[in-house]
Amino acid sequence: MTPFHLKIVTPDGLIFDGQAEELIVRTTGGDVGILARHMDYVAPLGMGRAVIVSGGQRRTAACIGGMVSVCKGEVTLVPTTFEWAEKIDKERAEAAYQKAEKVLHDENASDTELRLAEAKLHRALVRKSVASGL
Amino acid sequence: MAGVSTKEIKNRIRSMESTRQITKAMEMVAASKLRRAQSQVLSSRPYFEILYSTIADIAASNRDFSSPYLKERPVKKRMYIVIAGDRGLAGGYNSNILKLVLSEIDGKDAVVLPIGKKTVDYFKTKRVPILTETYAEAADVTIGDCFSISKQLCGAFLKGDFDEIHVAYTDFVSVLSQNPVTRQLLPLEKPEPNPGVNRGDTLYEGDSEEVFAAIIPEYLGGVIYGALCESRASEQAARRAAMDSATQNADDMIGDLSLKFNRARQAAITQEITEIVAGS
Repeated sequence: MTPFHLKIVTPDGLIFDGQAEELIVRTTGGDVGILARHMDYVAPLGMGRAVIVSGGQRRTAACIGGMVSVCKGEVTLVPTTFEWAEKIDKERAEAAYQKAEKVLHDENASDTELRLAEAKLHRALVRKSVASGL
Repeated sequence: MAGVSTKEIKNRIRSMESTRQITKAMEMVAASKLRRAQSQVLSSRPYFEILYSTIADIAASNRDFSSPYLKERPVKKRMYIVIAGDRGLAGGYNSNILKLVLSEIDGKDAVVLPIGKKTVDYFKTKRVPILTETYAEAADVTIGDCFSISKQLCGAFLKGDFDEIHVAYTDFVSVLSQNPVTRQLLPLEKPEPNPGVNRGDTLYEGDSEEVFAAIIPEYLGGVIYGALCESRASEQAARRAAMDSATQNADDMIGDLSLKFNRARQAAITQEITEIVAGS
């Protein structure tokens, strides 16, 4: 397959800069696959699994928030957090999951707390599923 | 007589030396933390540049573009996110930024979201309303916290709780110079479009305004995180400089005292000899 130039930048720095053949990310509107010669495109990202095929190798990652843009054949992924599947701290995700569940079952929790816990639960679930589906 | 004063001087030299050891150690710790903070500042910069240029492109590609984030309205209530340190002994680092903010909000209706213990203490004594103390420990604030601050404030801004949101931080210019600054986050200034970038033929998921509304909180969260990184680097640089000059002062004083000590010792010896000679 024709490769294209892919750059992944997070606030922690440059994660990936090189040629890739395919990129699949979860946008707010659902999963989107990007191949070479995609038209110019911008979409905000949701929370989900990202798949990058580079040099015939398939790598998965948990990719949360931010946006993806294609400009003149250059693809830039700017997520808030991006963790390769093998680097996810499973114990931390599990702990976050338990904690969020506890808040959600707490009847005295305020609205803001519930919303925060819901988002945390969602993120923890994404991390867990990406980490276990290597 | 002379014996007592040499002993006193000796004690002072000893205590000065232990102080010097402490300041020297603090300087070295700050220097190593500074290096880490500096690399964090550099690695986070490309992220904002890309987000900002996308925002600028969206604003440029859509002629009748209107977003509640851009709209200015009469300012009744202001919100200041103030980032300072958790600890003192960093020269003017804390007081410079805090004084700047106080002079800006003087006489206006403003709420402060303090980051850093010193900030919380300062605004409490000045009786400025504080939004939340969740982020009192600047060292513990993570990037996730920055995004939740941003989301919370964007929501409050859209609801009309605040009409302007500012962030106050210390800009890290270089190791030797740091500038306290305040910057307006919302309403967003109309971004300058990149010249020579394609216009209008980009496909937006949803439409461009939806994308814009989704990216703004992310962008502001990133800006807050960037300001935090800059402040942290500035704090370490300021502390390093303060401790460096403290160490130098200690060195000077030890030099002075050693001279005095030697003179006193010499005087004591001379006196003793005179006494012996006179007695024989």
